[in-house]
Amino acid sequence: MNDITLTREEREAKLEGLGCRRKRVEDIRFTQGKGNYVDDLKLPGMLHGDFVRSPYAHARIKSINKDAALKVPGVLAVLTAEDLKGVNLAWMPTLAGDVQMVLADGKVLFQGQEVAFVVATDRYAADDGVVAVDVEYEALPVLIDPFKALEPDAPVLREDIKDKMDGAHGPRRHPNHIFEWTVGDKELTDAAFSKAEVAIKELISYQRVHPSPLETCQCVCSFDKIKGELTIWGTFQAPHVIRTVVALIAKLPEQKIHVISPDIGGGFGNKVGAYPGYICAAVASIVTGKPVKWVEDRIENLTATSFARDYHMTAEIAATKEGKVTALRVHVLADHGAFDACADPSKWPAGFFNIVTGSYDFPTAYVSVDGIYTNKAPGGVAYRCSFRVTEAAYCIERAMDILAQKLGMDPAELRMKNFIKPEQFPYHSALGWEYDSGDYQTALNKALETVKYEDLRKEQAAKREAFRRGETREIMGVGVCFFTEIVGAGPSKNCDILGIAMFDSCEIRLHPTGAGIARMGTKSQGQGHETTYAQIIASEIGIPAEDITVEEGNTDTAPYGLGTYGSRSTPVAGAAIATAARKIKAKAQMIAAYRLEVHEDDLEWDVDGFRVKGLPEKFMSMKDICWAAYNSVPPGMEPGLEAVSYYDPPNMTYPFGAYVCVMDIDVDTGVYKVRRFYALDDCGTRINPMIIEGQVHGGLTEAFAIAMGQEIRYDETGNVLTGSFMDFFLPTAMETPHWETDYTVTPSPHHPIGAKGVGESPNVGGVPAFSNAVNDAFSFLGSTHIQMPHDFWRNWQAAKRLGVTG
Amino acid sequence: MIPGPFEYHRPTTIADAVKLLCDFGDDARPLAGGHSLIPMMKLRLATPSHLIDLQALEALKGIRREAESIVIGPMTTQHELLSSQIISKSLPILHEAALVIADPQVRYRGTIGGNIANGDPGNDMPALMMTLDATYRLVGTDETREVSVRDYYQGAYFTALEPGEIMTAITIPVPPVGHGYAYEKLKRKIGDYATAAAAVILTMSDGKVATCSIGLTNLSETALLAEDAAQLVIGTALDDATLKKASAAAEAIMSPAADGRGPVEYRKHVGGVMVARALKRAASVAV
Ligand SMILES: Cc1cc2nc3c(=O)[nH]c(=O)nc-3n(C[C@H](O)[C@H](O)[C@H](O)COP(=O)(O)OP(=O)(O)OC[C@H]3O[C@@H](n4cnc5c(N)ncnc54)[C@H](O)[C@@H]3O)c2cc1C
Repeated sequence: MNDITLTREEREAKLEGLGCRRKRVEDIRFTQGKGNYVDDLKLPGMLHGDFVRSPYAHARIKSINKDAALKVPGVLAVLTAEDLKGVNLAWMPTLAGDVQMVLADGKVLFQGQEVAFVVATDRYAADDGVVAVDVEYEALPVLIDPFKALEPDAPVLREDIKDKMDGAHGPRRHPNHIFEWTVGDKELTDAAFSKAEVAIKELISYQRVHPSPLETCQCVCSFDKIKGELTIWGTFQAPHVIRTVVALIAKLPEQKIHVISPDIGGGFGNKVGAYPGYICAAVASIVTGKPVKWVEDRIENLTATSFARDYHMTAEIAATKEGKVTALRVHVLADHGAFDACADPSKWPAGFFNIVTGSYDFPTAYVSVDGIYTNKAPGGVAYRCSFRVTEAAYCIERAMDILAQKLGMDPAELRMKNFIKPEQFPYHSALGWEYDSGDYQTALNKALETVKYEDLRKEQAAKREAFRRGETREIMGVGVCFFTEIVGAGPSKNCDILGIAMFDSCEIRLHPTGAGIARMGTKSQGQGHETTYAQIIASEIGIPAEDITVEEGNTDTAPYGLGTYGSRSTPVAGAAIATAARKIKAKAQMIAAYRLEVHEDDLEWDVDGFRVKGLPEKFMSMKDICWAAYNSVPPGMEPGLEAVSYYDPPNMTYPFGAYVCVMDIDVDTGVYKVRRFYALDDCGTRINPMIIEGQVHGGLTEAFAIAMGQEIRYDETGNVLTGSFMDFFLPTAMETPHWETDYTVTPSPHHPIGAKGVGESPNVGGVPAFSNAVNDAFSFLGSTHIQMPHDFWRNWQAAKRLGVTG
Repeated sequence: MIPGPFEYHRPTTIADAVKLLCDFGDDARPLAGGHSLIPMMKLRLATPSHLIDLQALEALKGIRREAESIVIGPMTTQHELLSSQIISKSLPILHEAALVIADPQVRYRGTIGGNIANGDPGNDMPALMMTLDATYRLVGTDETREVSVRDYYQGAYFTALEPGEIMTAITIPVPPVGHGYAYEKLKRKIGDYATAAAAVILTMSDGKVATCSIGLTNLSETALLAEDAAQLVIGTALDDATLKKASAAAEAIMSPAADGRGPVEYRKHVGGVMVARALKRAASVAV
């Protein structure tokens, strides 16, 4: 390492630290089929569980007869709510302060709800048992349309709390009302609207979608009766939180619970929550004394585990005639399904929706959110976005386009005019956030120049003329989006989950030979933590990334952390890594000073070791310091070289980006073609550009899916119509457009390495870019807003409504 | 998504296969590539207790020319259709259609017999068979029948195939040299069944349509032959007004279901668009 013949650049390159396009170390096992997922786990005597699920969206359960099922060869047990009541687990608390049935207790509230859990010696027998369980239902009136939830004669869904008019987040107005959450200055906002020169108002819905990771939710629970210990292997994005939840609800001592998240095949928020399958598998293992595996199938995953979005946002903007925005007012009707199992920091029932002022300098704003119950699956997770941020970004980015249209202004120009200016950072938004840093003008200008925006507008104008003359049946849309995210939850002053502050953690241990291990409180589901975390350490303490193992997911060995979601790993855990590394570096400096026989202050850091100032030949490499840490530390110093950091971030981080989408739509079929998609992201310091590009590609593909086709659809009786990938749109490589990525770098001033997080930006910014392109295509025909998803038939319907289908 | 219990049989002669099917009656189903049947079994929408695998029946495989016809064994996979010289030369529309069925994985196992035997309205091949006026050979214990495709499809999953019978050959008259053809399929994504699709085989003479047949996929309970639409274009040069009329005539016989692909109105409309586009493209490749 201290090979003096190497140049400084060569030594730096060897580290593969910050900024290096280091290949993903995870891929060695993934690309060879050697990953180790929950379903790969096979324990001796392991049993298999499967659910009887409700065919009804709302029904009373009159009886459950297990007899025939118990006679199926291989079936050992059938658990129902009555059985779970014996151990006080028929209901479980949700992350949002509500309670949720583990197994249907007297009634069912959504199609696919868990009614009974069949345990058998193999998966086939379990399913045969499921078919043999005889459940008698009495159908009840169904509530699917969220706009009817609060009507006086709406069916009452939650009889368990129908008289409890004080919910977890304040008073409830109706048995189907969960909460009302308000933020901002109502009076000031109303006043701004009453004297507005121009105002727009539009209902902007963001449909119910599903994160649909390729690996479904699953677990293996194994209870050791002798030791009284429960081990759970599961697809958990936040293993420590699961351990604490199990301790609290199963009343087991927390040290006797071992939660292990092995490799995870995608999460996107779907794997944050606690599901009935986990509880049932644990109870079944305790009852039978054998390990029990529960693996969801695709239909179950799409219909019963956590959905995302389902926000109906009525957005209003007030502005001057010149296009200066003066106020924003948004009301949200939030459809939470049958139980409030929304995965947000506990005090935030609508997540960080109050980022809805976006990238613009609104003098005042007011937001109110009404959460309601319907006969749909519970959830409301952050599907590749920070909490409700993608909904907020969609709302403001659509609304700005609608305002531009009303003003007859170019949408890019309107954005430019209203941006928060670089000198305004740290910027205090009207809805209470402190934006850390940003340079929006530079980013948007770069985007517009790269795509030759003016030329696109000229081409569009020409095409519109040609369309009017009947020479083409294609219309062209240019979608512009400028988003600001809020990620890195979060500071303990405003973020907790079940009372646990949302810090994150890192423990680094360096070995005598100059290698080491870092253990983390987060858990990668494909983000490449094993690669990027090691790069941060490499740059901080001069140990090559390849000599650092990164380990996550085992609650016995990893320091307590709040897990991976909401783009929080780099902002929070990434900071913990840097902080832990700096503690190590401080000790290393003392050791080096002792060994080089100088004062600490006489040393300076040089890539991979310490050098005596002014005496370049007196150098001690980090590798040698590691060895010294185990045999000759200064008198009075403890040997060893390790550190732990629990990092409580002082603020969130605010990544941003400028996206442009160019699309052509055939009005005869509604078929669209994405001609070009350009994504400029500013996520502060860039740790591994290749991984960033990969994250952006993946996030854009999901954004494309959401905007252009994804939707969990119900019929009026509550049947889920989109229970497989035939009907739930998951694009293949064939449908996915080509992505162009770009960047600017505006570091976060409060993050130790200036990094902001990027995994979710493309989803947050991508959805409005696509939707704006579609809406822009149709705008010259007089349309202001077309609801997502913009699939073929809806595009055709829009064309028909606008009278151009011929 | 776990099937119920079943027994597996792998006969080596047609006679044995037919006998097994007769012996087990309604409890038995032939198994070809399994790409329609097994998903249904996983959903327990089909619960046969006996699967009679046709893989070992060599007599059901292969593509050959017999006089003015092409004879295709039903156990021929879609992949084999795609790689056959005979098909690309004499029945290029089948090549084109096979390419828009599902994805390569499905095409390696899925067979033409499995695609057409069952009367699944979503499958692409039945409409092609109607357009090409194919004949199916059905073998039972007592008799062998040749059934015209136009009499075969009776409703969704309801065909002229009697319990105990299997399909052993598909005979397709070779369209004239220089014919025009096109299969226009609108689908939501790779691997999806048609939102609407139209197959056209035509011949041109002096710039006008001389003969024409039009088949429609997934626009009714069964594949359809749009006879009125085909009649309408004969003798015309496929001008815009004629195409409009042909689309309208085809739309008149469509009765698709509303589903995730779109409401009825949309599916019929794009059905008409597919007809017009297929006619135009077929004419453009005819010589
Ligand atoms: C993801 C996916 C997408 C698909 N997309 C399309 C598509 O776009 N277009 C399309 O056309 N198809 C599509 N398919 C269906 C695919 O082409 C099937 O392979 C084909 O329809 C059935 O062929 P098989 O050999 O798999 O038949 P199997 O599933 O084995 O059998 C189908 C039925 O035919 C019966 N059968 C089979 N052979 C005979 C015989 N010789 N005599 C009597 N009865 C018989 C069986 O009993 C069964 O009822 C798709 C399939 C999948 C899985």
